[in-house]
Amino acid sequence: MADRDAPPRWDRKMQQRLARGEAAALGELYDRFSSLVHALAYRVLSDEHAADSITREVFAHAWENPDAYDPRQGPLRSWIATLTHRLAVRRLRQTEAAALAEGGPGSAEEVERRVRRASVAARADYIVTAMPAPLRAALDLAYVQRRDYRQAAADLDVTEDEARRRLRLGLQLLATAHDSGPSEAPDDGGGR
Amino acid sequence: MSDADHFGAYDGDDGEEKGDAQAAHGEHAESEGEHRGPVGAQGNGPPGQDGVDGVDGPAGPDGGGSAGGSPGRDGGHGPQRPGGDSKGPGSRQEPGGPLPIPMPRSSVEDTGLPLPDPPPAPLLLEHRVLQSLLGAWALAACSPEETAAVEDHLGLCGACADEALRLREAVGLLHKPESLDLDPRLRCRVLEGCLERRPPRIPVPDWAVPYDAEAARLDALLQDFGDAEWHAPVRLHWFERDKATSRRTTVAKVIAHLLAVDGLVAVALGLDDPLGDITAHAQTPAGRTEAFWREAHFPHTRSVRGPWREQSHNLVRTVSFAGGRSGQLSVPYGDFELPLRDAMLDRAFECWMHAGDIADAVDYPYEPPAPRQLHRIIELGARKLSHTLAARRQAGLAGPGRARHLVPAGAPGRSLRLEIEGSGGGEWLIPLDSPGALASADLEVAHVALDGVEFCRLAAGHVSPLEAAAGQNGDREAIRDVLFAAASLSRM
Repeated sequence: MADRDAPPRWDRKMQQRLARGEAAALGELYDRFSSLVHALAYRVLSDEHAADSITREVFAHAWENPDAYDPRQGPLRSWIATLTHRLAVRRLRQTEAAALAEGGPGSAEEVERRVRRASVAARADYIVTAMPAPLRAALDLAYVQRRDYRQAAADLDVTEDEARRRLRLGLQLLATAHDSGPSEAPDDGGGR
Repeated sequence: MSDADHFGAYDGDDGEEKGDAQAAHGEHAESEGEHRGPVGAQGNGPPGQDGVDGVDGPAGPDGGGSAGGSPGRDGGHGPQRPGGDSKGPGSRQEPGGPLPIPMPRSSVEDTGLPLPDPPPAPLLLEHRVLQSLLGAWALAACSPEETAAVEDHLGLCGACADEALRLREAVGLLHKPESLDLDPRLRCRVLEGCLERRPPRIPVPDWAVPYDAEAARLDALLQDFGDAEWHAPVRLHWFERDKATSRRTTVAKVIAHLLAVDGLVAVALGLDDPLGDITAHAQTPAGRTEAFWREAHFPHTRSVRGPWREQSHNLVRTVSFAGGRSGQLSVPYGDFELPLRDAMLDRAFECWMHAGDIADAVDYPYEPPAPRQLHRIIELGARKLSHTLAARRQAGLAGPGRARHLVPAGAPGRSLRLEIEGSGGGEWLIPLDSPGALASADLEVAHVALDGVEFCRLAAGHVSPLEAAAGQNGDREAIRDVLFAAASLSRM
C-alpha cells in the first residue's frame, strides 16, 4: 500500500485542490481511498449495495465539504476512515432499527450488540491496514499462513525475539478496536 | 534485569509493572521508527483512546501510548493493578459466560511470602520471555512446550492473564483477506454523483475522461498483483505492413510501455519526460518503448506502477487546467501528430487494450469501457480511418477504387457505411476516395457492421481483418481496404 506512507503534504495539497473545485483531485482521492472506504463499509454492513452507497456518500461528503478536513488534525486517510465508519454504522443502525420496527425478530439490545460488533470489526480492519507494515506482515504469517513465530522470524529475516515482539505489538494495537470511540455514537454525521 | 527479584518482592505486581515499563522502553529505543506508526494509527484512527477499556489493557495501549508521552497512564494504574485485574477480564465477558482463561491471582502473593517455586514444568522461562510470547501464544504460534509454560504462567500472573485475554480477543478480529473486488463502474457513478452535487470549477475535459477512467481501471487490476503476476509473460499483438506481428514481454514491461508512450503527451504538455536521460532513436511509440526497455536504470518490476500512475494522474490534472480548448494542441508521435484531444483518446484506447492483454496473461476477466467512453474511442478510430485509407492508397497498399482521381475536398465521394453495434456504437460514413471528400449516403458503395469491441480489437491488431466478425455488404475491395486500414491503426 504505497499510500500509507504518503507525506502529509499530499493530504494538504489534496484538501486545497478539492476546495478549489478540481475534478481531477476528486478522481485521485477516489483512486487512493475507494478500496479502503468500500471495504470498511462492507465490513460494517455486509452488503455490497449498501457499501456502494456509503462509498458514494463518503466521497460526496468530502467533495462538498472539503474544509471539514483539517490537515493539522491528522492524516486524510484516517479522516476518511472515520467518516466512513460513522456513516456505515449509522446506516446499519437505521436499517436494523427499521427492520425491528417492522416487526423483525430480536430486541433493541440485540440490534445494539450487532451494531457494536460490526463497528469493532470495521475498526479492527482499519487498524490492520494502518499498522506498520512489519507488524502486519508478522500477523499475516502467523494468522493467515499459520506459521509459528520461529518460522515467521525466518521468513521475515528477524530474530525470534523480534518476531514475538511484532506479534504481540500487532495484537495490542488490534485490541484497541474494542475501545469505543466517538464514531460509535449516533451523531449528526458531520465530518469531524 | 532479574525477574526473580520482582517475584520475590512483596508487591509482585508492582515489580511486574516496572518490568513492563522497562521492557516497553527498551522496545521504543530499539525501533522508534516503527512506533511512530502505531501512535499515529491510534491517535488518528479509531478515536477515543480515552475510553474506559483503553486503560485496563495491561500493555496494549501502553505499548503505543507511552511512546506518545503519556507516562501517567502506567504510573497511575500501577498501584491499582490487583483490583483492575480482577475486574478487567470479567468486565468484558458476557454475564455468566465462561472465562476462557483461568482467573489469575494466587493467594500466596497476598501473604507477603516469597512465591513458591513454579510447578515442575519442562520449560522454565523468565517472566520477560513469557510475556513476550503472549502474542505468539494468542495466535497459537508457539511450540507446545512454550504454550504449556505460558498457560501455567497465566495462572500466576494477573497482568499477563489480562493481556492474554485481550490479545486472544484481538485474534478474533483478524480474518483472512477477502478478495472483494470493487466494481470498476462504481468510480464513474461516484464521481458523476459528486460533480452533480457540486459542479467543479476545474472540470476534466470530456475528451480526457476516458483516459482517466481507463487508467483507474488498469490500476485497480494491478492492485493485488504479486511478483508472479508482474513477471507473467504477455504477448503483444499488432499489425505491421498488413502482417500480424507479436512480441513477448511481461506485465511490468507493458506498464513501462504505457509509461513511455504516455510520456509523448506529457512532454507535449511540458511535463517531465519519464524516459529522463534515456535517448530514443526515434520519438515514436515503439522507439521510445524499446529505448526504455533496453536502457532503464532499473529493471522493470512492479515499481513501474507508481511512476506510470503518477504520470497518468498528472496528465489528467494538467489537461484539466489547460482547459477544453487545449484539445487542439498538437502532440508529436514521431512520424505523425495528433491533436491533444485525440491523443488522450488514443492513450485511453491503448490503456484499455493493454489492460486486456495483461488480464488475459493472468487469467482475470476484463470488461470493455463504459459505453460513453467506448463510443468516444470508436469515434476516434472511425475518424482516423479515412486518413489512413488515403495514406495507404498513396503507399500503394490500398486499391485506387473506381474513381481513378482524388475527389476534390468538399465534394461528395464514394463512401462506406461503418455500423458499429452494441453499447457505445454508432454509424459513420467513411469517405473512400479522399479524406477531404464529403462522405455521402447517396454514394454509399459498401456497408460493414461490426460489434464495438470487435472493431476496437481489429484496430488494435488483436484480430485479423480477414477474421474479424463483420457483416459485409457491397464493394468487396472497399470493405477489404477499410478493414485492413483499421488493422493498420495498430502499433506496438
